[in-house]
Amino acid sequence: MNFGDEMQIIGFTLWVAVLSTLLILPPGLALAWILARKNWRGKSLVETFITLPLVLPPVATGLILLKLFGRKGPIGSMVHDGWGMDIAFTWRAVVIAASVMSFPLLVRSARPAFEEVNPRLEQIASTLGAGRIRVFFTITVLLAKRGILAGTLLAFARAVGEFGATILVAGNIPRKTSTLSLAIYQCFQLGHDSTVWRLLLISLLIALGAVWCSEWLLSKPLSSR
Amino acid sequence: MILELQNIRLSLEPFDLLLNTSVEGDVIAIYGPSGSGKTSLLDLIAGLRRPASATIRMNGMLWTDVGNAKQRVEMPPSRRCLGYVPQDLCLFPHLSVFKNLSYGYKRHGDDLITLEHVTETLEISTLLGRGISDLSGGEKQRVALARALLTHPRLLLLDEPLASLDPSLKSKSLELLKRVQTEFQLPMLYVTHEAGEILDLCDQVLIFERGQCVRQGTPALTLS
Repeated sequence: MNFGDEMQIIGFTLWVAVLSTLLILPPGLALAWILARKNWRGKSLVETFITLPLVLPPVATGLILLKLFGRKGPIGSMVHDGWGMDIAFTWRAVVIAASVMSFPLLVRSARPAFEEVNPRLEQIASTLGAGRIRVFFTITVLLAKRGILAGTLLAFARAVGEFGATILVAGNIPRKTSTLSLAIYQCFQLGHDSTVWRLLLISLLIALGAVWCSEWLLSKPLSSR
Repeated sequence: MILELQNIRLSLEPFDLLLNTSVEGDVIAIYGPSGSGKTSLLDLIAGLRRPASATIRMNGMLWTDVGNAKQRVEMPPSRRCLGYVPQDLCLFPHLSVFKNLSYGYKRHGDDLITLEHVTETLEISTLLGRGISDLSGGEKQRVALARALLTHPRLLLLDEPLASLDPSLKSKSLELLKRVQTEFQLPMLYVTHEAGEILDLCDQVLIFERGQCVRQGTPALTLS
């Protein structure tokens, strides 16, 4: 594996992690808010379903995704027939696997953060003339930002390190679906020790960077002037 | 102002809030012991609670009509043009004093209610750059009142605004409220369990017990 290949893998992994985190943010925050604020019959079922990717073996999640998004699967065949596009064993599958695996982490961090926001503040904001969307973004999200941020960074880190589900639904195709984790595994199997160490160091730097960012942002005071 | 509160039924624990009345005055007090349903009534008027039934009109404008088979009207709180100062003030802790005041501030052309005038009247001009956690109890209370005034409310809802203040600050704040009423000519609904405040400030009073209005009239006659 040459320098160009390594750079491509690092760039692709970061791109997948950023894209999957951005993709899960709107539904993840909406779901976390609904779970924090609303009660309905079957709520615990939804909670269980969201937690599944965390407790299932990643390979099992990958297999479910392959059955759904493969060319013969219900979603994969629909997309193939409708747009002539494949999902499994393409970059799209890598993004989907990363999104599915990191989604529960975002929801589970954002939900308690929303629960901690005093609903009375939201009510009073509405009496000041603010509509629901303005209240959500200027009061709820800003007051819950620490939990949201922590969840976002966790989701990003999870997406960077995703392995089990990705290898099943996307494979490890060089310059197409190969990510840092998959490349480390492959190089280790082939005995390319120097490459393994380099990729390991880069993984470590990305993880440290994400954690440092999260600590720095969380240490900033809540009150703004 | 004329406030019509018809067919009000709201489930509270351990009783229901039941009300069928109409009241006219500039500053109307809602007086009663703690837990008698006063705050729930303010929330209902503000549109923050869903009643089993209620028809609420402010100066003839329909705000809520629920429990009527023909129609269901629930004007959202954001459109009622209210200024609400809740008991716990609910200042936004992540925003500065200036940003709290600006949150609902509506600028009108040649109006009396401007940020400068209100902050001067309430003596908070020097606090604008501060964070909420840096304010004293009295300062927080004045900021909450200013924030409510700056929305150009049709009605000001004050929920025991002086309850958490010490006696000296309380009398000063009562003077301030009187000045606000005279200066800005705003109708107020004033919740309290202190009879003295009512005699000083209000021209009508509703006396509450266990979710029901048991007496209504001028403070001098009703409270005696």
